Amino acid sequence: MLTQEEIHQIEHEISLVPSKKAACIEALKVVQQHRGWVSDEDLKDTAVLLDMSPDELDSVATFYNLIFRRQVGRNVILLCDSISCWVMGYEGLREHLMQKLSIKYGETTPDGRFTLLPNVCLGTCDCAPALMVGNDLYQNVTPEQLDDILSKYN
Amino acid sequence: MGIKILTEHINVPGIETLEVYRKHGGYRSVEKALKTMTPDEVVEEVKTSGLRGRGGAGFPTGMKWSFLAKPEGVPRYLVCNADESEPGTFKDRVFMQKNPHALIEGMITSSYALGANTSYIYIRGELMFVLRILEKAIAEAYAAGLLGKNIMGSGYDLDLHVAPGGGAYICGEETALLESLEGKRGNPRNKPPFPAVKGLFASPTVVNNVESIASVPWIVNNGGAEYAKIGVGRSTGTKLISASGNINNPGVYEIELGVPVEEFIYSDEYCGGILKGKQLKAVVPGGSSVPILPANLILKTAAGEDRLMTYESLSDGGFVSGSMLGSGAFIVFDEDQCIVRNTWNYARFYHHESCGQCSPCREGTGWMEKVLHRIEHGHGHQQDIDLLVSVAKQIEGNTICPLGDAAAWPVASAVRHFRDEFEWHIKHPQEATLPGAVYRGQLETITA
Ligand SMILES: NC(=O)C1=CN([C@@H]2O[C@H](COP(=O)(O)OP(=O)(O)OC[C@H]3O[C@@H](n4cnc5c(N)ncnc54)[C@H](O)[C@@H]3O)[C@@H](O)[C@H]2O)C=CC1
Ligand SMILES: Cc1cc2nc3c(=O)[nH]c(=O)nc-3n(C[C@H](O)[C@H](O)[C@H](O)COP(=O)(O)O)c2cc1C
Ligand code: SF4
Ligand code: FES
Repeated sequence: MLTQEEIHQIEHEISLVPSKKAACIEALKVVQQHRGWVSDEDLKDTAVLLDMSPDELDSVATFYNLIFRRQVGRNVILLCDSISCWVMGYEGLREHLMQKLSIKYGETTPDGRFTLLPNVCLGTCDCAPALMVGNDLYQNVTPEQLDDILSKYN
Repeated sequence: MGIKILTEHINVPGIETLEVYRKHGGYRSVEKALKTMTPDEVVEEVKTSGLRGRGGAGFPTGMKWSFLAKPEGVPRYLVCNADESEPGTFKDRVFMQKNPHALIEGMITSSYALGANTSYIYIRGELMFVLRILEKAIAEAYAAGLLGKNIMGSGYDLDLHVAPGGGAYICGEETALLESLEGKRGNPRNKPPFPAVKGLFASPTVVNNVESIASVPWIVNNGGAEYAKIGVGRSTGTKLISASGNINNPGVYEIELGVPVEEFIYSDEYCGGILKGKQLKAVVPGGSSVPILPANLILKTAAGEDRLMTYESLSDGGFVSGSMLGSGAFIVFDEDQCIVRNTWNYARFYHHESCGQCSPCREGTGWMEKVLHRIEHGHGHQQDIDLLVSVAKQIEGNTICPLGDAAAWPVASAVRHFRDEFEWHIKHPQEATLPGAVYRGQLETITA
């Protein structure tokens, strides 16, 4: 069940565009903002508000990397694996992260704290290697700095 | 030091605020255009300037604007393409983050020229912190009467929205971007019709890159003819270059088009030479979707002329010995870089980002990734090299959007210029798969 607040925010998004459907990506983001990800049930409820079938909405949801259709941890780590980071020390970071968190790509730590995902170029190749935790961008990251960075997130 | 059109004030403290921005001459072009020029006069100035699209394709901006259809009673839109996700490209992000009002000023002046009353900035979803900077600046502009109804008493109305993407490289392709803005999967549309005829919500729409739009205020203030004096030939004006890889000073540089590549790589004003004094091995001059060139061919054309940072000079020699300026993402590789390994990285990227609509792209990118993975990991066969070339050929030109070409060119050019390196991987799998192993056999010829 979507909350009143979520419904309200989705209706606001609908009011900004010419058709209900056109608000669907924003609607999914509203749900994700409140719940961290979009479950099958949330997807169905959202589809009703948009006059879409759940399948139709799901085909949009699964297209976008930043809409999570599987449960993720409280903090999502996006590690850039594109070319400039790749040549400037990406592998060391990946190894360190995987070891430290004991997870692989696409997995979440058992305490639900972190999910680790690879990401295409984060647009900060002059400060490679780079990663994001949630909405925070970290540049020129060394394996040694990782512990510090991770400790900021619960 | 060349002339700075886009970045002159970019490091002024507080330039992200309206007050400081205006103190440095900000929003003058809005006043000039709205109060003293007709929309068509603005379009004419942009045409005269010779400004070419900075998103990568280099299509003349003024010409695109003049193609905009103007049916009665139908709204027109300007959409700023700030999706920037091409590996190696980060100029738009830096520009918007540091000087958001400069983009907003360009949006207002350009929207006026096109007769658009609603405009969008589509920014990639990963950059929520930049989106907030833009939203704050937009709010300031509304409060000062620079956006909204009756801007500066001119009778012209404009609403400006920022829309975040959902994390998909393909949404930088203009028609995929429009689909995404309409709330759909980002599947590119067939062109024609071009967006200028049938774009957002089926209305005439101009899609322009951040840097193209941000160049407009200077052109309006100083005149298109002044702009056209900068640069070389049909490469007029200045260009932001995102420089990264194995260089001493990675960063964003505003250059006058026409700077020699050699100067750009080695001068302290720009890249500052190769990291740790190593040898230059190769450069990808225009973002991951353009052909890679070995050191000898990036510094000089096949005919032995100095290679310049212009659309024409970088593409001199076509796909045999040239590349492209593209979006200006200049990625530098030193002697320790393995071409096979890096090409595999590109192939993996394009396979992941293919939208899957056309089979040559969907299947071909997967195939190339698989073959490159095999060669890199010591399981390659001699026929694999020709297989890569043939798959790339089958993709090229056979797809709805240029992502297919963008996937094919880096692979085809890597094989063309570094064939020995691919062969070495296949013939010496054990040696080639040792950590940090790099083929050096070709270095002497390409750095001669
Ligand atoms: N900045 C980045 O992150 C990236 C940039 N690119 C670049 O994108 C380029 C390809 O982009 P496309 O938009 O597919 O190229 P395109 O050549 O089809 O179009 C370029 C622009 O001109 C317009 N145009 C072309 N002919 C027209 C006509 N007859 N009437 C009206 N408008 C017309 C198009 O609408 C578009 O806005 C590549 O060359 C690549 O360098 C590719 C990937 C990422
Ligand atoms: C796969 C793909 C991705 C693209 N990504 C971008 C992008 O991130 N930013 C951009 O401005 N243009 C991008 N383009 C080019 C756009 O389709 C379009 O040509 C450009 O936005 C037009 O603006 P301009 O004329 O000002 O360059 C991309 C093209 C392709 C094929
Ligand atoms: S070329 Fe690739 S990305 Fe472009 S429309 Fe076809 S399948 Fe999609
Ligand atoms: S390649 Fe990692 S930020 Fe661009």
